Amino acid sequence: VPGTSIDLGLAHTSDQLLFWAVLAYAISMLGYAAEFAFDRRSARAIDSTAGMSRSRRAGVVAVVLTIAGWALHVGSVTARGLSVHRVPWGNMYEFSSMVSLVAVTVFLVLLTRQPVRFLGLFVMAPVVLYLGLAGTVLYANAGPLVPALNSYWIKIHVVAAITASGAFLVSGVLTVLYLLKERWERRVVSLGPGAAAVVEVGAPPAEEVPGSRRGGLMAWLPDAARLDRLAYGVVSFAFPIWTFAIIAGAIWAEQAWSRAWGWDPKETWSFITWLAYAAYLHARATAGWRGRRAAVLSLIGFGCLMVDYYVVNTVITGLHSYAGVS
Amino acid sequence: MTDLAPLDVAPVRDETTALSTQPTPPQPPARGIARTARYAWRRLTSMRTALLLLSLLALAAIPGTLLPQRGLNAVKVDDYIAAHPHLGPLLDRLSLFDVFAAPWFAAIYLLLFISLTGCLIPRIRLHARALRRRPPAAPRNLSRLTVSSRWSVDAAPEDVVRACRQVLRRDRWRADVRDEGNGSASVAAEKGYLRETGNLVFHVALVALLAGIALGGLFGYKGTVLVVQGQAFANVRSSYDVFEPSRLYSDSSLAPFSFALDRFSATYEPDGTPHTFDALVRYTSRPGAATSTHHIEVNHPLHAASANVYLVGHGYALHIQVRDPHGRLVYDSATPFLPDTSMFASHGVVKVPDGLPHQLGLTGFFYPTYVSTPAGPDSAYPAPRDPVLLLAAWRGDLGLDKAAQSVYSLPVASLKHIANAELSPGESWRLPDGTRVSFVGVDQWATFQVAHDPGNKLMLVAAAFIIAGLLLSLRIRRRRFWIRAAPAPTDADGGRTVVEAAGLARTDSDRFATEFAELLQRFGAPTPAATEED
Repeated sequence: VPGTSIDLGLAHTSDQLLFWAVLAYAISMLGYAAEFAFDRRSARAIDSTAGMSRSRRAGVVAVVLTIAGWALHVGSVTARGLSVHRVPWGNMYEFSSMVSLVAVTVFLVLLTRQPVRFLGLFVMAPVVLYLGLAGTVLYANAGPLVPALNSYWIKIHVVAAITASGAFLVSGVLTVLYLLKERWERRVVSLGPGAAAVVEVGAPPAEEVPGSRRGGLMAWLPDAARLDRLAYGVVSFAFPIWTFAIIAGAIWAEQAWSRAWGWDPKETWSFITWLAYAAYLHARATAGWRGRRAAVLSLIGFGCLMVDYYVVNTVITGLHSYAGVS
Repeated sequence: MTDLAPLDVAPVRDETTALSTQPTPPQPPARGIARTARYAWRRLTSMRTALLLLSLLALAAIPGTLLPQRGLNAVKVDDYIAAHPHLGPLLDRLSLFDVFAAPWFAAIYLLLFISLTGCLIPRIRLHARALRRRPPAAPRNLSRLTVSSRWSVDAAPEDVVRACRQVLRRDRWRADVRDEGNGSASVAAEKGYLRETGNLVFHVALVALLAGIALGGLFGYKGTVLVVQGQAFANVRSSYDVFEPSRLYSDSSLAPFSFALDRFSATYEPDGTPHTFDALVRYTSRPGAATSTHHIEVNHPLHAASANVYLVGHGYALHIQVRDPHGRLVYDSATPFLPDTSMFASHGVVKVPDGLPHQLGLTGFFYPTYVSTPAGPDSAYPAPRDPVLLLAAWRGDLGLDKAAQSVYSLPVASLKHIANAELSPGESWRLPDGTRVSFVGVDQWATFQVAHDPGNKLMLVAAAFIIAGLLLSLRIRRRRFWIRAAPAPTDADGGRTVVEAAGLARTDSDRFATEFAELLQRFGAPTPAATEED
């Protein structure tokens, strides 16, 4: 009888591993927060090199924890796949777990190339939230695939969609940081030359001046131009993959549903997401649209992506109804 | 088009520093119709308009996902209009139930493609010219560029320049030496032409993709047909249950293939969700050709001559025989029943117009795994574990000679109800007048969709170019590099040569700074270049 070969022990192991992964991520998040906190304190006490090194130590511990969480996460996904003898991305729970895994992977890869440890806190926070949501609300028991999903295209189309989504998550985080930092920078500039020095001495009440130690997080972040470049770099990595995911989906649809494109809600929202990110890329090259406006377009794109996954899967009925959420 | 806006660091838009073939923004019009038209055209083909149209297209697609669409589910549209008697017809007039076929939707994407074409043509021309031309000469003042450096050497200017050119050529830069007079010489180098090539390929491929879609929409066809196990289908228009030709379709595009459904099998999970479907067919590409067997499964269509055959549905066909009171066979057929639930509780109709004293109709409900529930009989599992057929017999004029009617319904209002029965396979039922109805066995049917889309190949090729173009235009960095060697002013360090280098990159300036520093090292510059971020 089909369907009786699910290894429940392994499926349980997968759930356990995910729990430990989330725990590791959550603690690493605290580590990144501590790095910022110590760094800030050391900046206040000008001579303190102890604070400086303590800050760095917290950051390194956080990265180690992130890597440990990542390994546990990989273990969880692998165990899930082995337990059901198929790819571990057949329903919304598994899909969300994979997207978070890609987001963490993108962060770690970025870390090997550029000093982006500041991102740790801001990537881990949505990942922990996302995994928490996946493990509770979206959770689906280990089970086999419906025939419609039983194709090698699930490896190609869905892997591409997951990879792009994980990367878009990271670019979304970077874009939000960019918008915050950009606003902060404009406010500091509007205070006129010497504002930073004034802030340093603390002459006006610190609470009222943007860029004071109160808004230390903003001062601590890299400058807006760099955040913008980082966000663009991640989008320019994710966008071709997203395009490929849509095309691979169309090829699969041609084989499974007899037409490459049929304006099914999932197809349409993927297309809308694609258009939004395409608009972002164009806006970055259009005078008057660079910077803030382009960033808003990128966030709209991310919003469309979320609609594509969560609203389309749960509210709108279409051909892509594999959520496994009841 | 993505990419390559005027560079912030170079306020003067000259050919040297503009790494792009992007047109300059349009200026407001002077007087005259021709000028106004030219202005309007430049406006339409500007990036800002493209941006606007992209956003509009995205917005316009949204109602198509929120409201029911005829192309996806016509029944839902009718239900919606019935449920909203005031709003429904208004939305219908605005084509909001056919968003993706609506004139306003077409207007947006056609404008977008016109804007795109208008933008592409001059850019292709400019890029073709740039590909043939030497890299632009070094600007007079190299130190004004964001990335620049200056040092002095003993070698003669010509030797410095020649050595630099060699290094650059080896790194696949397009490098060009110019003699600038007064003993000084310069190298102008450029790299990353593929970025713009990729950008243009991507956008041309988008136009090709649209052409592919149009081709399919104009010349394709699709149709569905129900085939009972053991029966055959020939690809002529009359064999289809539903046939949807495209605008310019002609019957001659129907390839003369045929196939017979030898066996259909479905397996299910313990909870009744489907596990596998498999239709085994014998296929002939044209009359008289050799026969081959194929498995058509959900993700594995049969690639028939110029069309694909997809498995799209299945159900039970009940083999029913009817004999007149003398035992003569008057009906003997595997009758398709249509599934009503996911557990395949199904309904169907048998019509026996001839051979009996009265016309006879049978309405039936079939349960592959029969269970009795408070709400009535039902099926508990989609496979025929305990098949039961409930039949009701009707007598009277079936009305077959009047209007066309569905084979799945019977005009029971005008018929006389005779009797009911509950049958298992192999059982027979004798009606009061002696007519005998036998439930011989359970067969299966499958529905197939035959689709011919002549645009598919073009779309696939276009898609490949879209990806390739996109990767090039987002991964390749376009950059320029200049180096100038001139004899030092005699009063400073006499007899030496002053070397100046500068570079320009639009994207990824961090990486370019590194690349620039590496180049300078190989040219023998004493210290790492003084670089800044933009």
